[in-house]
Amino acid sequence: MLPDPDDIAAAGAPEPIALYLHWPFCLAKCPYCDFNSHVRERIPAGRFVAALRRELRHEAARIGRRPLASIFFGGGTPSLMPPEGVAALIADARGLFEPRPDLEITLEANPTSVETGRLRAFREAGVNRVSMGIQSLDDDALRRLGREHSAADAVRALEQARAIFPRLSFDLIYARPGQTLAGWRAELDRALALAADHLSLYQLTVEPGTRFEAEHRAGRLLLPPDELGAALYTETAAVAARHGLEAYEVSNYARPGAESRHNLAYWRYGDYAGIGPGAHGRLSLADADGIRRLFATRRHRAPEPWAERVERDGTGLRSQERLDAPDPAREMLLMGLRLREGIDSRRFRARTGTALLDAVDPAMLEACLEEGYLRWQPRSGASAGGGLVGGGPALGRNDWHDHCLAATDEGRLRLDALLPVLVR
Amino acid sequence: MTDTPLSRIRNFSIIAHIDHGKSTLADRLIQACGALSEREMTNQVLDNMEIERERGITIKAQTVRLTYPAKDGQLYVLNLMDTPGHVDFAYEVSRSLAACEGSLLVVDASQGVEAQTLANVYQALDANHEIVPVLNKIDLPAAEPERVRQQIEDVVGIPADDAVEISAKTGLNIEGVLEALVTRLPPPVGEADAPLKALLVDSWYDAYLGVVILVRIKDGRLRKGAKVRMMSTGAVHTVEQVGTFAPAMRPVDDLGPGEMGYITAAIKTVADCNVGDTITEDRRPAGSALAGFKPSIPVVWCGLFPIDADDFEKLRESLAKLRLNDASFHYEAETSAALGFGFRCGFLGLLHLEIIQERLSREFDLNLIATAPSVVYRLFKTNGEMEELHNPADMPDGSVIAKIEEPWIKATIMVPDDYLGSILTLCAERRGQQVDLTYVGNRAMAVYRLPLNEVVFDFYDRLKSVSRGYASFDYAMDGYEESDLVRISILVNQEPVDALSFVAHRSAAEARGRSICAKLKELIPRQLFKIAIQAAIGSRVIARETIGALSKDVTAKCYGGDISRKRKLLDKQKEGKKRMRQFGKVEIPQTAFLAALKMDG
Repeated sequence: MLPDPDDIAAAGAPEPIALYLHWPFCLAKCPYCDFNSHVRERIPAGRFVAALRRELRHEAARIGRRPLASIFFGGGTPSLMPPEGVAALIADARGLFEPRPDLEITLEANPTSVETGRLRAFREAGVNRVSMGIQSLDDDALRRLGREHSAADAVRALEQARAIFPRLSFDLIYARPGQTLAGWRAELDRALALAADHLSLYQLTVEPGTRFEAEHRAGRLLLPPDELGAALYTETAAVAARHGLEAYEVSNYARPGAESRHNLAYWRYGDYAGIGPGAHGRLSLADADGIRRLFATRRHRAPEPWAERVERDGTGLRSQERLDAPDPAREMLLMGLRLREGIDSRRFRARTGTALLDAVDPAMLEACLEEGYLRWQPRSGASAGGGLVGGGPALGRNDWHDHCLAATDEGRLRLDALLPVLVR
Repeated sequence: MTDTPLSRIRNFSIIAHIDHGKSTLADRLIQACGALSEREMTNQVLDNMEIERERGITIKAQTVRLTYPAKDGQLYVLNLMDTPGHVDFAYEVSRSLAACEGSLLVVDASQGVEAQTLANVYQALDANHEIVPVLNKIDLPAAEPERVRQQIEDVVGIPADDAVEISAKTGLNIEGVLEALVTRLPPPVGEADAPLKALLVDSWYDAYLGVVILVRIKDGRLRKGAKVRMMSTGAVHTVEQVGTFAPAMRPVDDLGPGEMGYITAAIKTVADCNVGDTITEDRRPAGSALAGFKPSIPVVWCGLFPIDADDFEKLRESLAKLRLNDASFHYEAETSAALGFGFRCGFLGLLHLEIIQERLSREFDLNLIATAPSVVYRLFKTNGEMEELHNPADMPDGSVIAKIEEPWIKATIMVPDDYLGSILTLCAERRGQQVDLTYVGNRAMAVYRLPLNEVVFDFYDRLKSVSRGYASFDYAMDGYEESDLVRISILVNQEPVDALSFVAHRSAAEARGRSICAKLKELIPRQLFKIAIQAAIGSRVIARETIGALSKDVTAKCYGGDISRKRKLLDKQKEGKKRMRQFGKVEIPQTAFLAALKMDG
């Protein structure tokens, strides 16, 4: 059998790097948030910028000079970072890797006045995309969500950001207690009128260890019933589509071409380096035998101990685990089926070492195709003529190779139930 | 030492309803005869098994040998035989009664006679017992000795003028009971020189001694070192130890006629010791066995499955250990598609089933699920063969069945007449046939014939709830009758769930099928695909429910930091699927079936 050209390409050309930098501090902890964020009376900004720069250098040394596709400043609240720190990190990354001409540099920001005042400085530092944590355009809801800004602050911040940055995204949370379908539709319409090219619309989820969880358990936080949750989700996609935004991932909507390239790296199961406290990474690195294998990296979570280790050892790496079958296949399935584009079967095999058809239970695949939860669709760029393949018989061994396996809207709606029965 | 002349031996048992004071009275008698010091007295010496204590019931027969200096100046030996007090053990009760010449009928002076008492007192009368009525709790303000005396005469049909009035709790008039035993009960009869005839009353397993056999000597003498023969099996054993219960085991050289005591003979399991058997001497056997021997036959069966499949071997070992001490329950390995590996177990009745189940969980720390109890049906096939069916899942295709017979019982229910109406309705719903209905004061006694099948299906619970706990109930097996019975299968996505299939009368099939489908609909969580639940007789569907596909189940946020956590969750879910049973496209957690069976229980 002839080797697959794509396999050779994947093995030969190094994966581009998506770089994630974690800023672990917030002004206040939101009651729904389970991210690695911490509140300090005085944020030790200088120390943490220095530590991030040092760990980045350390990590880049072992990754090598690979193409750099994206940088993402996440948190916590990275808009609390000193802009000169952001500038230094961007300059470092550009020097350590081979930046692509279209390098995407995103920074998460909150719409409070302290941070919006620095937007121009962030732009000057090299940030070309801002993701605003708006969460709601309703003042009562914002208070309930523990946010420190008002709806008016939010609109003002978005207008400023739009004037400064070429690309703009913001987050909203829906399926909040007491929210109605009509109420959400109106709120979403207002939000979409603010002309962002990208939106993250999250259904409110009660995460373990958050204040909302305690309230939920005590019966003081009543979430909408499943059916309303499903209706809100479907409505969200419909409203977004009317405004020209496509649901390219479970909770992410974009104008064509405006998708978050950094986040796509996660969902397409590409390489990403995670720098900063608690950051995770997936990196293909040469193993002891010289063969490239996939590794999962994780950094110390508590900010100060992480910084101490970086200052001492150059890295706050807590663990590095080699991912062997079936782990990469399972991870790529659980990420890739979140995307509307689905999973490219050639890339799947190159990336995980397992054929897509061998990674799933054939009977359940058949059942999911029949039920309309999954479908085969031609790879983007493959020779046209197939159109969408779904509902009919499964593709033969020779045909699926040119296709992507994708969850339909109905399938994505039930992905957490679908995955355990589908994956082998 | 046991050369007591027959004239100075009295063998007696105590008949009482639960809580009417049997064990307290026994304790007082032991105390009054000085058999135990105050320090040795734990409450209710006789009930030494934990479960027996908690429920106030006796499973194994036990005896205590008391010596009592009577008012006539003579020293008497009083052998108290404590008998199992429940209908499930009716045969065991009858053998214990056959070992005695008389009974104390203990009745709560405020509550009066209960159904269970009645069944036992009739058995005692059948065994030709002299009955001494004892009115207990006479010190309570609610005591109505005159009314209860009258009730005993009316219902039981024995004179109660000279009933002994006592309070076992305070010790009032215990002397009166002892004197009544000596003066009113007949002494045993027997021939010391005749060939040995000893009644095997009961047996149990002792970790140090092996099987201990409780015996009543009818004729002859039972000596240490003798070679004895079990007349039903012909098995021969050498007697290692002979003794009496004082109440502690006390070895003696021999036991003479009229006496009660124990023997050990290096016997490994109680399955070799049939209750009611006659023990004789191997060298000089008796010409005929004692009358009344019957092998014990299970009447109720159910499947027992470990909730954790890894416990299967432990369950097997535990059942073997229990059977060492209880030959009346049976078990055989069984495989269920829904519940995995387990055992089909046969019991003497529902209480027996419950006791074994409870002991398995308590003494052996096993987490078990029981399938719905089933009675033993007789299948008459078109080829002329008869087959006993004790697992509904094994019922063959209808075309090979000529007819089916089911066991009936005769039930006695006593209830305050306020609740009689609902009891009669309940019995009618359960295909009951009224045999008799009598009133005693404000209490009614209803005698019904009922199919046992209807009784194992939540009858007790319904009886208790419609009478607010005031009804008492007892039954005896009453033969087999042909019936229009059908097997109802429960199907999930067209596949049968063996553990849930059951046999019912055609008239009840639809309602019960509907109720199980409705229960399952509540218990089975929504899944990726819709689930059809059906109840069917053969290929005809009699009830159905549909569980729609779940509407939404997807993590809202999933980025680079979430992958490991999500993958580990996925790994765990895959692992959890080992506890799932696949029905077509859907997988049902075993817990849903377990819950359905529990609700049924």
